[in-house]
Amino acid sequence: MDWEDKPVEDWATDYDIFDPEYVKDPKPVWNELRERCPVAHTKRWGGTWMATRYEDLREMVRMVPELSSRSVTVVPPSPELREELIAEAKVYGTENPPITSDPPEHKPYKQLILPFFTPKATESYRGFTENLCHDLIDRIVDKGTGKADAAADYAQQIPARVIAAILGIDPARGDEFTEWTQGILELGQTHPELRSKYRRVIRDFFAELVAQRREEPGDDVISTLIGSEVEGEPVSDHTVIGICNLLLVAGIDTTWSSIGASMWHFAGHPEDRRRMAAEPELFPTAIEEMLRFYGPVMMARKVLEPVEMSGASMCPGDKLILNFPAANHDPEVFDRADEVVLDREQNRHVAFGLGIHRCAGSNLARMEMDVALRVWFDRIPEFELSDPDAVTWAGGQVRGPRSIPVTFPT
Amino acid sequence: MRICVDNDKCQGHNRCKTLAPDLFELDDYGYASAANDGNVPQDQEEKARLAIANCPEFAIEIVEE
Repeated sequence: MDWEDKPVEDWATDYDIFDPEYVKDPKPVWNELRERCPVAHTKRWGGTWMATRYEDLREMVRMVPELSSRSVTVVPPSPELREELIAEAKVYGTENPPITSDPPEHKPYKQLILPFFTPKATESYRGFTENLCHDLIDRIVDKGTGKADAAADYAQQIPARVIAAILGIDPARGDEFTEWTQGILELGQTHPELRSKYRRVIRDFFAELVAQRREEPGDDVISTLIGSEVEGEPVSDHTVIGICNLLLVAGIDTTWSSIGASMWHFAGHPEDRRRMAAEPELFPTAIEEMLRFYGPVMMARKVLEPVEMSGASMCPGDKLILNFPAANHDPEVFDRADEVVLDREQNRHVAFGLGIHRCAGSNLARMEMDVALRVWFDRIPEFELSDPDAVTWAGGQVRGPRSIPVTFPT
Repeated sequence: MRICVDNDKCQGHNRCKTLAPDLFELDDYGYASAANDGNVPQDQEEKARLAIANCPEFAIEIVEE
């Protein structure tokens, strides 16, 4: 689709969420759209609407089922995968509940996974996460070069291993999980064949694991899911595999992006870095501010009934992007919206979404960010970008830095 | 001061529990309700206001000032 390589001329009618400049710094576009065309439209990547105002998003998340979660990805799957998904859905229902489901189906599935992610449950993985982060820093420091890639050597290494531990899988497989997740969520967005391939890889992996746990149940999340019921019916293996897929994929790219964006921020803003090193009591508000400022995730909805909103007329069959990161910079809601304020006390950000589809893993993500940043600041309080131009970003529905070269005193 | 959590609005973000742990209770899924029948000790009123101001769902209300 070579027309998709053409530069954007008008962001209100032809935006491109994969445009490299937009991926690097989307704030100017968000600010323009919020003012000029708060529900923008594009024909690129299958065609979508995109909402950028905080108040519009608050209303849209409540418009269920006219704005449906049956399809939450922006770019449509390949025709072959689409056929496969429709055929499977006829037999088994929605693929990755609860994220791909609407009420009334949504609630029992959400309740199935929420107990694994309460503050208490996620705190029980803090010790594991701390040890992991210290091991990663040991490796960085032991090189003795005073150089590291804060994304690839650190941020990227954390979430895959934590979710592996939660699912009762050997954390050493973390690198594979990262590759699979990138295949689906990052590269797979613009390369449908990769998305199909890695979906198959992940489903096959969990199919084997589910069969194994069915034989020898443990007290892990997968065994609990196998034995669970929804509306009095046992959950099918097909759906258990879909939920495992969700738990794996949803927690890796996203949290890695949030940790990475925070590292990038502090490596490039020496005043903020010095404050964090000197005033650790800032961590709770600073982490919320990092989530507000760099929250990585946008979700999509499928329009099922005509919807009029902020000048846009959406029709059944259309797609809509809920741009939560843009809402987090809305000056109607946040004072000094485009400034990082480390001690911001009132911060009603929507980095984890709103409404019934609020990110189920938000407590886990916060715990991982907290540990990752605390351990790094404890071990390497002085660090800076060694080459700001060498920083690379991934974009689309999950935005975050993928390479952050830093130097630090040895 | 007395507060309550609207359980139709609460989606379990848990910001209130983090900011004012003594004023809120969580169920097995992480959804919040006001502890102690919503009664806020005087020395915790500021924490209650902080929890209210940080709830992304606007789910916490002051019933009595």
